[in-house]
Amino acid sequence: MDPVTFLIQSLNGLQYGLLLFLVASGLTLVFGIMGVVNLAHGSFYMIGAYLAFSLSALTGSFFGAVALGIVLSVVFGLLLEWALFSRLYHRDHLDQVLLTYGLILIFEELRSLAVGDDVHSVAMPDFLSASIPLTDTLSYPVYRLFMSGICIVLAMSMYVVIQRTRLGMRIRAGTSNREMAQGLGIDIRLLFRFVFAFGVALAALGGMLAAPVSSVFPGMGSQVLILCFVVVVIGGIGSVWGALLAALLIGFTDTFGKVLFPDYAGLSVYVLMAAILLWRPAGLFGRA
Amino acid sequence: MNLLEARGLHTYYGASHILRGVDFTVRAGETVGLMGRNGMGKTTLIRSLLGFVPPRRGEVKVRDDTMTGAPPHRIAQCGIAGVPEGRGIFPNLSVRENLVMAARAGVGGRRDWTLARVLDTFPRLGERLAHGGAQLSGGEQQMLTIGRALMTNPDLLVLDEATEGLAPKIAADIWGIVRRIRDTGIATVLVDKNHAAVTAVSDRNVILVKGEVVFDGSSAALHADPALLHRHLGV
Ligand SMILES: Nc1ncnc2c1ncn2[C@@H]1O[C@H](COP(=O)(O)OP(=O)(O)OP(=O)(O)O)[C@@H](O)[C@H]1O
Ligand SMILES: [Mg+2]
Repeated sequence: MDPVTFLIQSLNGLQYGLLLFLVASGLTLVFGIMGVVNLAHGSFYMIGAYLAFSLSALTGSFFGAVALGIVLSVVFGLLLEWALFSRLYHRDHLDQVLLTYGLILIFEELRSLAVGDDVHSVAMPDFLSASIPLTDTLSYPVYRLFMSGICIVLAMSMYVVIQRTRLGMRIRAGTSNREMAQGLGIDIRLLFRFVFAFGVALAALGGMLAAPVSSVFPGMGSQVLILCFVVVVIGGIGSVWGALLAALLIGFTDTFGKVLFPDYAGLSVYVLMAAILLWRPAGLFGRA
Repeated sequence: MNLLEARGLHTYYGASHILRGVDFTVRAGETVGLMGRNGMGKTTLIRSLLGFVPPRRGEVKVRDDTMTGAPPHRIAQCGIAGVPEGRGIFPNLSVRENLVMAARAGVGGRRDWTLARVLDTFPRLGERLAHGGAQLSGGEQQMLTIGRALMTNPDLLVLDEATEGLAPKIAADIWGIVRRIRDTGIATVLVDKNHAAVTAVSDRNVILVKGEVVFDGSSAALHADPALLHRHLGV
């Protein structure tokens, strides 16, 4: 592989991994903190992509669509937690799987009623639509760099909030001992409701950012859901930093797998997962 | 003025009837010893007052507000801080984070207890600020939970078995701290196996037997009746 191709594939792997992290971080938080297996998490990604499609048409601006889409998905997340997920915390995993699987069907049906089953594309903003020439024949799209940039900024902000602010300390405290945190005057239910909504918004944002490069299609949620679970399992349930590392590993493995072993491309991620779980059964950052 | 007032509390764990009509009051600034042999319901009473195990019947008032059945965070926000049996430090947070996460103004906006003041009261915590909560010794963990409770600027501190499992010298340190806290005007409820140490600091004592109050009176009254101590506490 020549150096320029290697650079391009590395940037692709990075971008794919970071996007996966954005979507999976909410899943691992909700799984780790609240103990809820949320199969509908991939639907938030799908909903985000369709929001980008519909709202771009409505507002005439991609960024207008993203801004409005984030607000809507936070509100949606708050309502969903209040109405349904808050009732799941003390139920067993089977109940959770049943409800959240049902939600996937409902969300897909609603999507079908609202915008139909066609494949759509979303235009990227003009000023990001250029490509940076690398050689006479190869270039790299600015929009993908932009996506990676946004994801890096968000990952760093999450790091600061979780590790450095009192809010983050309270979330971590509530994760380790919910009752004790309540006894110190912290409204854990409310706090976790916002964590849930934040996870929904991140997944939706992932879908919105991906829309201009991957097109918008029915079933895009289930594809990403499976990868998100691979991220959570490799990273260690509940570990945000484990999810970041796992997502990047998957991004690179998948991207280079497609280049180096095109015949087995679909397998590479699962081989990676099996290898890591043999080595560390609780995942990279998991508490065994 | 009654800071905390519970009337006729009946608390159950499933079908087991644990508290059987308990009356319990704490006045502002008062130190109350809560006594009773193992399994008599001391922890259950505390957990009922703090909102963790809502009583099935009876009433809990904080100042003039009825708080029966209120969630624990609401009761904590009324200025009541619990230091539970087994301490409950957050092992995934550093010592500093354990303290800072709890910081809040007290009722009426008081901010008497700051990180600096807590570290002044517990100098050993100051040397361990960057350590993880789980790396502390038992005595240090206890100091951390008490310090963390003080960070909420409470009017009432509830200590359940604060000296349990500690070496006598460390336990003596904890009792010294309990006195210092009492002298700042914070009301305290103390549960401890060491009855002599409790009555040495308490204004009033309540003895529970099988979920009922059998004695409620001053330390002097308790000492004046050794038979009572013998019968209910086995000392
Ligand atoms: N979670 C629970 N479920 C069922 N029964 C319980 C539970 N916790 C305590 N009990 C029972 O309630 C009774 C009172 O227990 P409690 O812990 O309040 O006693 P205590 O006075 O604090 O005892 P100790 O001195 O041992 O701490 C005991 O008989 C105990 O077995
Ligand atoms: Mg007890």
